[in-house]
Amino acid sequence: MSTLGTPTPLAVVEENIPNEKQRRRGARTIRIRGSRPGWIVYALLTVVFATGAFPLWWSFVIGSGDASSLRRPFTWIPGGNFWTNAASVVTNPAVNFWPALWNSIYSSFLIAAAVVITSTLAGWAFAKLKFHGGAALLVFVVATMAVPQQLGVVPLYILFAELGWTGQIGAIIIPALTSAFGVFWMTQYLRQAVPDELIEAARVDGASMLRTFWTVGVTAARPAAAMLFLFTFVGAWNNFFWPFIVLDRQNPTLPVALSLLQSNYFVDYSIVLAGVILATIPLLLLFIFAGKQLVSGIMAGAVKG
Amino acid sequence: MTTTASRPETRAQTPEEPRQPRVISFSHRLSKWDLKISPYLYISPFFIMFAIVGLFPIAYTAVISFMDWDLVRNSGTFIGFDQYIWILTQPHFWTALRNTFSIFLLSSIPQLILAIFIAAVLDRNIRAKTFWRMSVLLPFVVAPVAVGLIFTAIFADNFGLVNTWLGNLGLPGIQWHKDPFWSHVAIATMVNYRWTGYNALILLAAMQAVNRDYYEAATVDGAGPVRQFFSITMPSLRPTLIFVIITSTIGGLQIFDEPRVFDQFGRGGAGQQWLTITLYLYDIGWGQWNFGRAAAMAWILFVIILLIGLVNLLITRSLVRDEGLRRELTKRQEKELARQAKKDLKEAV
Repeated sequence: MSTLGTPTPLAVVEENIPNEKQRRRGARTIRIRGSRPGWIVYALLTVVFATGAFPLWWSFVIGSGDASSLRRPFTWIPGGNFWTNAASVVTNPAVNFWPALWNSIYSSFLIAAAVVITSTLAGWAFAKLKFHGGAALLVFVVATMAVPQQLGVVPLYILFAELGWTGQIGAIIIPALTSAFGVFWMTQYLRQAVPDELIEAARVDGASMLRTFWTVGVTAARPAAAMLFLFTFVGAWNNFFWPFIVLDRQNPTLPVALSLLQSNYFVDYSIVLAGVILATIPLLLLFIFAGKQLVSGIMAGAVKG
Repeated sequence: MTTTASRPETRAQTPEEPRQPRVISFSHRLSKWDLKISPYLYISPFFIMFAIVGLFPIAYTAVISFMDWDLVRNSGTFIGFDQYIWILTQPHFWTALRNTFSIFLLSSIPQLILAIFIAAVLDRNIRAKTFWRMSVLLPFVVAPVAVGLIFTAIFADNFGLVNTWLGNLGLPGIQWHKDPFWSHVAIATMVNYRWTGYNALILLAAMQAVNRDYYEAATVDGAGPVRQFFSITMPSLRPTLIFVIITSTIGGLQIFDEPRVFDQFGRGGAGQQWLTITLYLYDIGWGQWNFGRAAAMAWILFVIILLIGLVNLLITRSLVRDEGLRRELTKRQEKELARQAKKDLKEAV
């Protein structure tokens, strides 16, 4: 049972280079791939990192200036107006910043939680239970991943208009409660993480299907579920097209609220970019705490994908 | 009589013995039932929701696309392929198609090259691996709308950062919002900013799966890092590359967020310089409120994505077939060589 608690490595095996290096230390002069690279590699990585971080820093610099800060020569140093600009973003009646923030938080959370639950259930069935049509249904689910979002928006809009839900946050939560990618992800993970013998053993011991799912499946699925939660959360938080269509301007999510910031003829970029930074902070915090998991999630998903 | 009296007793006893398991067999039957039904119960939450908000809308989009939809009555009259013909005869549609492909190519090609390069650097045995991997992923968490707004300011025509720098170098500024090509470059830059690191990590995962012994052998044979990259790394990346190309195609052809916020009007520019297919779909559906045409547009977009997917598949297959052919050829050559060797032997004898 102890093996269940620890996350099983999926496919990416961290190479045991320190050991190899120790073994070879001083024995060879030829540089093999496992040896430590020179400073050029770190310089290149620093450039890549700077390219990624620079636009964020620059928008903070502009966002902390005043209306003319974009016209002034480039500077690295932020001005002192960030809080003034941020205040004018959150008090702007056209933007509805606080409702937007709250909408984004709870809708993304509900969507991610629901996707994890439905995907874990379905993934368990596809990976470990035998039933008629299982393989065909899984192929079907994977095939739908290529269907563009745009193919469903017109009838969905009509449906929610009929229900009187346009403008309601429920209209963006309900369609996102399931994810074909999530089912595929969970199926792939559980197939590798749980040996069939373990399920057979549980069955022989008289555990019901639900109990087997709960004690064996859910326990094993935890690391993959955490990653699926993170990815779904980020995806739901950043989603724009459908919320932009179905929500009204009084009750937006953060990306929709952001897009409203520059809907005037005269655009004050110090305010717009202060709003961008303000709206990006929650996900930056999430990234600082969970970036490691996001990285390993991408690396694991890639090999299986 | 005594024998007949004793007989029912034994009879009663013998059925009683299997009856005891039969008491257990109720739970046994239950568990059999459990075994049969449970899988369907587990997949049902997904499929029920999926049918309502995923499958039904797709089918219904097809129905609506053949209709002249009336928003007041909320129903339509059947008009056949008229909506499709209307869209395909709009010059805006062809402009949008051109723009979408142009932005897609400008984003995916440099992005892939950069991603492979970054992945190759990350694949070295660097210190603080996790930190560098995370730093590459940073742009991925920034919302596309936020990226769009930041780069719209960077690429502003008059006081944008890039044009200011160009001015400092004594170069004329670029008309990012007037010239179609440069507007595509600006939007493609936004896409590249957000996705390059993500794709680099996917490719890095594939690189790490390559057996390290190959590199060691190549090093011993005297192959440099560049030669090793093109002879070992690239060939083994092929399936992952195709996966990345297909996913970025599906995403790239649907581009909406970045061009939508590229100016304050969100209509793809005064001369449709950066109008994309999805932007056009939005305008038809929720700008002109014509749902029949928007639905037809959605189906056209889907067909385009399918066609590109098919092209990708053909490329994949031809690549695989290539390898097969090569192997076949070498086998044939081997046979030929063997025959030649036999001939030589006979002649020698």
